[in-house]
Amino acid sequence: MQIKVNGVERSYDGDPKLPLLWYLRDVLGLTGTKYGCGMALCGACTVHQDGKAILSCVTDVSQASGKEITTIEAISKNGLHPVQQKWIEFNVPQCGYCQPGQIMKAISLLKENPKPSDEDIEAGMAGNICRCGTYQRIRAAIKAAAGENA
Amino acid sequence: MSDNILNVSRRGFLQGIVSTGALVLSVRLIPDLLWAAETSAGSHADHAVLHPSVYVGIDTDGTVYLVAHRSEMGTTSRTSVPLILADELDADWKRVKLEQAIGDPRYGDQDTDGSHSVRDGFVVMREAGATARLMLTRAAAQKWGVPVSECESDLHVIVHRASKRKAGYGELASAAAKLPVPKKEELQFKPKSAWRYMGKGAPSYDLAEICAGKAGYGMDARLEGMVYASVEHPPVLGGKVKSYDEKAPLQVKGVKQTIPIKPFTPPHRFQPLGGVAVIADNTWAAFQGRKKLNVAWDNGANAGYNSDQYKKELQETARKPGKVARNIGDVDAVFAQGGKIMEAEYYIPHLAHATMEPPVALADFRDGKVTIWAPTQSPQAVQSTVAEELGIPKENVICHVPLLGGGFGRKSKPDYAAEAAILSKAVGKPVKVVWSREDDIKFGYYHAVAAMYIKAALDEKGKPTAWLQRSVYPPIGSTFALNTTYGDAGELGLGWTDLPFDIPNHRAENGPAENHVRIGWFRSVANIYHAFAAQSFANELAHASGRDSVEYLLELIGPARIVDVKASAPEYDNYGASTKDYPLDTARMRRVVELAAEKSGWGKRTPGKGSGMGIAVHRSFLTYVATVVEVEVDDKGEVKIPSVHTAVDAGIVVNPEATRAQFEGAAVFGTSIVRSGSITAKNGVIEQSNFNDYPVARINEGPYKTTVHIVDSDAPPAGVGEPGVPPFAPAVCNAIFAATGKRIRELPLSSTANA
Repeated sequence: MQIKVNGVERSYDGDPKLPLLWYLRDVLGLTGTKYGCGMALCGACTVHQDGKAILSCVTDVSQASGKEITTIEAISKNGLHPVQQKWIEFNVPQCGYCQPGQIMKAISLLKENPKPSDEDIEAGMAGNICRCGTYQRIRAAIKAAAGENA
Repeated sequence: MSDNILNVSRRGFLQGIVSTGALVLSVRLIPDLLWAAETSAGSHADHAVLHPSVYVGIDTDGTVYLVAHRSEMGTTSRTSVPLILADELDADWKRVKLEQAIGDPRYGDQDTDGSHSVRDGFVVMREAGATARLMLTRAAAQKWGVPVSECESDLHVIVHRASKRKAGYGELASAAAKLPVPKKEELQFKPKSAWRYMGKGAPSYDLAEICAGKAGYGMDARLEGMVYASVEHPPVLGGKVKSYDEKAPLQVKGVKQTIPIKPFTPPHRFQPLGGVAVIADNTWAAFQGRKKLNVAWDNGANAGYNSDQYKKELQETARKPGKVARNIGDVDAVFAQGGKIMEAEYYIPHLAHATMEPPVALADFRDGKVTIWAPTQSPQAVQSTVAEELGIPKENVICHVPLLGGGFGRKSKPDYAAEAAILSKAVGKPVKVVWSREDDIKFGYYHAVAAMYIKAALDEKGKPTAWLQRSVYPPIGSTFALNTTYGDAGELGLGWTDLPFDIPNHRAENGPAENHVRIGWFRSVANIYHAFAAQSFANELAHASGRDSVEYLLELIGPARIVDVKASAPEYDNYGASTKDYPLDTARMRRVVELAAEKSGWGKRTPGKGSGMGIAVHRSFLTYVATVVEVEVDDKGEVKIPSVHTAVDAGIVVNPEATRAQFEGAAVFGTSIVRSGSITAKNGVIEQSNFNDYPVARINEGPYKTTVHIVDSDAPPAGVGEPGVPPFAPAVCNAIFAATGKRIRELPLSSTANA
């Protein structure tokens, strides 16, 4: 099958049931996308499929065939994406392990809803767990990326 | 000079990497064979021209290599500790390159636990920085033929004010390296007014890479030719494999082989749990292969562990006299007089760390040596544990420390690193062991389940004249020695034998409890249940006496004084710090209570229906923390937390922004404990498995806004990673009482006891 990851067309002939997460991490070595739960419960594995956030731990590689997959490594062509810049400005990460997933989800959220309310942010980001508890900075960074006062 | 030769070859190596734009990554984290070979020859700091200590090296180009010898798990230790050295060295932080230390006793204590990295670093790093600065100063004085006393540092240069001469650190490095290393007594430390970084802080050295998805965590370690492993562990602690299907897992595409891992020899300590490993060419195949192992287990003695029954036993024990850990006056005599008596029981179940990055490690065993990349809080424990498992000297265990995707105490125990080492030796290839989330939740080193009982006699004004408290929990000591059923002095000193209240008759006791799962350190450890009980009970007394909670708490703390804990609890260890440098000072405790109350608008705001505010104060890891939580409880009993105000006196704070972040995070971590944290066992098997049945707080469940108020202090630095956790749960429950009149004595809120 053919699968396009970060702009590169790749062919894959392994187990079609292999979750996209492990294809990215173990086969392609794109380790920015993280494993957290394997059950669509934590959001650490969030990537974009045709520009929309999906959970790569419950997406078979065959389901992603013919789609365009973008990971944190390629979310910005030049330097850092504005959302990543806000993440730095607000000093969001602690351990940082969940943050690629948080950032990918936030970018997708802002694309669908450029001016999210607190409720929109909570609803949109509730699938992404941060055990360090950086939520209030995540909220502030998203609001700032939307051009609002945090 | 051999150093120069090494330097040249090293530069050649580094330049090759620089040109690929990956210098920092390869130096620090990403395991490649070149880097592994490089480390056996020492760190870059060691090879720098001037390297007066293992923590610092300065090259002729002015680059300062600083060694981060503690682990980065989100507390910013990896940045804040070297920042202290950079400050004392008067180095330009922009010209500093951090390199992460491998496990090596020459770095001293490398355990990133107990909230003591900055506390220790404040001594060790300043000495190292002042040493290098003095050598550079002396070299400059020699060069110019002027007295040393006329020369001083000024951000990466030494200056002679009178003649306006300047020389950079790089320029002076070679001459400085020829001078003797000064003695400790010769060192002069910068006054606080001259600090560049301490008190101002710096963002995490890894911040940009983390946000770019390029930072290297243990989970991300890769080696050419490596295979992946996943281990089916005995479902009951101490269980053994009776039989399993060796062939069936091989039907899964990508699975290569199965390997049994022997059971541990009790006590379990940091040994692997045993079981059967499935080796595969990707992580997922290894997970799938396990499902076909069909292991028959001999569950052993812990198969009788049932949390429902165990809870009753703990509570029964807490109602009976225990071992006295601290005594003041005679509580029994006061209770015998009758009068107003209050008593209450509290309970918190086992908790699991649930680090976002589950345990994982990569090991490469060859020629009697093993190189390991493990997200660990204790690389030296990795060395000793792996050495013992493989029967090789500790020196032959090289442990690299990538970033940790969370630690919280779980990654102080290197059982998973030992699994990787054992399997790499067995397979003859590099092996990466990946724990699934289910493995993480089901096979943790759990926070102890605990039952507490407290009884007090009150005078006519409602102030206690006697206070008896008992706690019962399976102790952490049970992980290290068989038949350990009582908490040790260290554990009891975590918020139990150091109750700072001004009460003339007081006794703290501890009852026995047997462990049936592995018990371990968990962010703030025994302080969690001790503070929950003591601070909830204090609040119960305030309400029973019709008093304002803050005013009553201040009265309990009593007048400003130094509490001599050892006088009544001789074994009290004060977090390993001297009571001279770190006394228990009630003036500081009062101040954080007053500050949190003031900032939260305590007593000045009228809460609406279903709203309430609660306060708790606790000293842990030598830091004083008071937290005021505001809750809103709706008709269905759903709790929202609109605001938290936390006042912190942690002595000198090196990195204020990182410190605020730790207390914001502690409020979320505490929210998980309050709302939903519960690990239970049935027939010895843990009943939870993933974030569906072991939920942790999400963005819509944590406090909306936590504001952290740091007290300006000249006291020596204390901890910041853990101390935010203990007061949080009692503050929430005290707020719920204020809002609803319902007293929560058992956590979590989701448990049937609170239904």
